[in-house]
Order: sequence, then structure tokens, then C-alpha cells
Amino acid sequence: MNDALDVALRLLVVFVVFLTFPLIVGQTEHKVMAHMQGRLGPMYAGGFHGWAQLVADGVKFVQKEDIVPAGADRRIFQLAPAVALLPYLLVLLAIPIGPGEGAVGQVVDAGIFFVLAVMGVGVLGSLMAGWASANKFSLLGGLRTAAQLLAYELPMLLTAASVAMAAGTVSLPGIVDAFEWWWLPWQITGAIVFFVAGLAELQRPPFDMPVADSEIIFGAYTEYTGLRFALFLLAEYAGIVVLCGLTTVLFLGGWHGPWGADGLGWVWTLLKAAVLAFLVIWLRVTYPRLREDQLQKLSWTLLVPLSLAQIALTGIVKVVIR
Amino acid sequence: MTLAQAHHGFLSPTGVEIAFLLVGLVTFGAALVTVTTKQLVHAALWLVVALGGLAVEYLLLTAEFIAWVQVLIYVGSVVVLLLFGLMLTKAPIGHSPDADSGNRWAALTVAVAAAAALVWVVVDAFRATWIDLDGPAAGSTEVTGASLFQNWVLPFEALSVLLLAALVGAIVLSRRAKAESSSPPVNSRAATESSRSVTESSDNSGSPSSASDARKNPAEQEGTR
Repeated sequence: MNDALDVALRLLVVFVVFLTFPLIVGQTEHKVMAHMQGRLGPMYAGGFHGWAQLVADGVKFVQKEDIVPAGADRRIFQLAPAVALLPYLLVLLAIPIGPGEGAVGQVVDAGIFFVLAVMGVGVLGSLMAGWASANKFSLLGGLRTAAQLLAYELPMLLTAASVAMAAGTVSLPGIVDAFEWWWLPWQITGAIVFFVAGLAELQRPPFDMPVADSEIIFGAYTEYTGLRFALFLLAEYAGIVVLCGLTTVLFLGGWHGPWGADGLGWVWTLLKAAVLAFLVIWLRVTYPRLREDQLQKLSWTLLVPLSLAQIALTGIVKVVIR
Repeated sequence: MTLAQAHHGFLSPTGVEIAFLLVGLVTFGAALVTVTTKQLVHAALWLVVALGGLAVEYLLLTAEFIAWVQVLIYVGSVVVLLLFGLMLTKAPIGHSPDADSGNRWAALTVAVAAAAALVWVVVDAFRATWIDLDGPAAGSTEVTGASLFQNWVLPFEALSVLLLAALVGAIVLSRRAKAESSSPPVNSRAATESSRSVTESSDNSGSPSSASDARKNPAEQEGTR
């Protein structure tokens, strides 16, 4: 009974994190973008600096009519948002935020493989949406999404493999346990490649060619309205949370901080992830959208060689220090 | 060992065995729908269900590493590539008129023969094998890695060379196609064709957790015990 309670509690906590953190990132994005552009952003909803803007948005989305186009493939069209969103919930289960058994939803032996595999499944949601909408813009968006995933999955995997080599384990808590401060300069190339590839996989600006709203009208999501559209948006922000959490755990030492990991380790994890999330928003405001061929070129001619070089470096250092 | 564990026999299966059977039925059903449905994209999506069901079966057999690699490579990459290819075609929403091939009986024969050969090989290989259940779980990452890089290094490296050959072949083919047609190549497409090979042969550089090579010989790993 106690075990069941424990499991239920963990699931509940992860679920609450899954529902709140993406909203916090979204609200931060509203405000940070606004201030970077010399605006104020939402100011009315909820009273204090528009803190409840996304709640209001959610209420608005729920009230809208749920439309399925006549020519669409009904079931796949309706299933797609769930396929896009649920993988991120599963991934959150495996990301540790503090030392010990208590600070992770579920310890997964092959953690890196688990998170990368399940994150890859999320893209199927966009592909299903793109194909089932019976809309040419959606189809274009789906095509671009697939091409982008195929290009950026590889550098992401390779850099994750580099960290696994350094740590000698593929379990996420194990990697953070093995972390030393000098891994930071050692794995910095890998960290940057991983983060950039992750951004591309989430289709965040400047890698948002698949959803480019001014060209193909939000790509795979063109035909979606109401709650289902909101679910796709939620998936994007949940993806940011997952990516920042993963980069923190793999490359930035998770709960390690200047004053040890005792007690306040989880604060360090959250702080690092928050800084990364800020960076994600900052990049969106700063850079223009990459063209489709530039996107492919960046991955194949820059990120893949860099990640291979990182693996070679990791291997050499690993052999030398043994 | 409790009494219940000691006495459960062929006719009183455990929960895991029941789950294994049920997931197997679902996987089989999804595979059947994959080859019989007349909607092309539905076939690809049912393939996701079948491959995912296989991953669950691996999990139930405690082969956690193989299970996640299965999801990563097959669901995450192969099916995405398939869908990408389908989107480039004129696959309609709804029934494809020419989805039924005339060779279906030949295909069925080959499939049954292949399945029979596989079942026969597996049964023959493990008929008298005793698996020690007291050690670490046989499918865990550590055990898999150790057996792969200690007992099966030669086949592993041979596979790497094979994949390298595939990569070089893909590059040669795409370059020749480029030379023949002076029109500019579709960038993303050329990239994806070689991407599979890059994924697999770039693991030559000695990463211990090379996912795509490891998935090639699960059967051989099992054979060590």
C-alpha cells in the first residue's frame, strides 16, 4: 500500500510540474519578449503584471469550437495533439532534479536512451497533424518537420553519447553523480550542439521553418482550433522545459553547485534550467528564421562534424586520464 | 523464494506472462492491419503500434536497453523516414485504389517461411539453455554492453564496416545522380537518404553506447547465455 502511495505521489508531482512549468515558461516568454522589444506585455489578466494571462488564454481556447475539416482524416487528426504532448510527460518522469531516489519520478536504467527515444516519438504528432489536415500548408509543415527531425536527431544523439562516455553510464542520475566541474570546458562543444539540436527539434525560432507562420501559416497546425491547438502549444513549451532540464542534467551538472549538493541541490537544477529557458526566449527575439536549406546545412555540415569531434575528444581525454 | 513462485507452472501463469501474451496479441493484430489496410499512412501508423508493442515485449523480458533502442531507431527514425517518404508521394486521405499488390500470396508465403525459420532457430538455440536468473538482469545496459564489447566485438565491428559501406554507397549514388541531372538537388532529400547510413556508421568512432549498432544483434547477445 505504501509503495502504491509513493508511486501515486510521484506521478502526481510530475503531473503538476508538467502542467505548471510550461505555463511559467510561456508567461516568462510573454514578458521577456515584450520588454526586449520595448513593450509591457500582458498587464491586465489577474491584476499583478498580467500573471494570469495564460490561464485566460486557456479558458479562451476551451470555449472555442472544435473544428475538424471535412476532408481531414478524422481520427488521426484528433489523435495527433495527444501524440505530440504525452511523450514530454513521460520524459519528465525520468529527469532527476536532486540527488537521491526522492528527487526523480522514476529511475530509468538506460535513461539517456529513454528520454531521447520518447522525445523522438513526439514528432510523430506533428507528422500526423500535417498529413491528416488535408491542407497543403500542413503537408509542407509536416514534410519540413520530418526533414528537420532526421537532420537534428543525429547530433543530439552523438553529443549525448559523448556525455555517457565521459560518465561511464547512461543513467541520468548516474551522469550527474559523476559530474566534475572541469567537464564544463571539456564538454562545452557537445553542450552547445545538444542545445541547438534540441531547439531545432522543438521547432523553436530561429529553427521554426516547419511552423513559419508568415509563410506556411503555422504548418502542421493550420487547421487546428481550440483545445487541440492549445495542446500543441503546450507541447512546445513542455518541450522547452524538457530540453532545458536535460541540458542541465547532462552538461551543466544538475544539482551540483559552488556550495555542495546538500539540501538545496534541486534549487540549482531549477536555476540552471531557468537560465537556459531564458536563453531560449532570448534566441527567439534575437535571430531571424533560418531558411530550409540553411537549416539542413547547419546540421549536416556543422553540428554533425562538431559532435563527432566532441566524441573523439571525449574518448582521448578518457583514455589519457585513466 | 516464496511458495507461490516455486509452484507456478505452465497452467498458472504470472501477471507478466499474461501481459506478455496480451501485448503480443496487440502487436500481432497491429502488424496484420499494417499489411492489410488500404490507407497508406494508416499502415505506417499501425507499424508504429506494432513496433511499440515489440518494445513493450522487450521491456517485459527485462531487456530495457534493447527496448529503448527499438523505440529510438524504429519509431523515432525509421517510421519518420517512412512518413516523410509517403508525404512526398500522392498518397490520398482515404483508400488508395492500388494498395493491393498482386503478389500478396507470394508475400504471405515468404513471410510464413521467414517466421517459421526464425521460430525454429530460436527454439533450437535455446532448447537446452539454462538462464541464471540470480545475477543482474540479463538485458540491462551494463550486461548488454559487456557482452557486446567482450564476446561479440568481431561481429559488431563487421557490422560497422557493413554500415560504412552502405554510407559510402549512398554518397556515391547521390553524387552520380547529381552529375546526371544538372538540376539542383533537393537538399533535404539528399540529406535524408544518407542520414540513415550516417547514423549507423558514424558509431564506428568507438562510443560504447552506440545505439544503432547494438540493435543489430540482440539475438547474438542472448546466445551468450
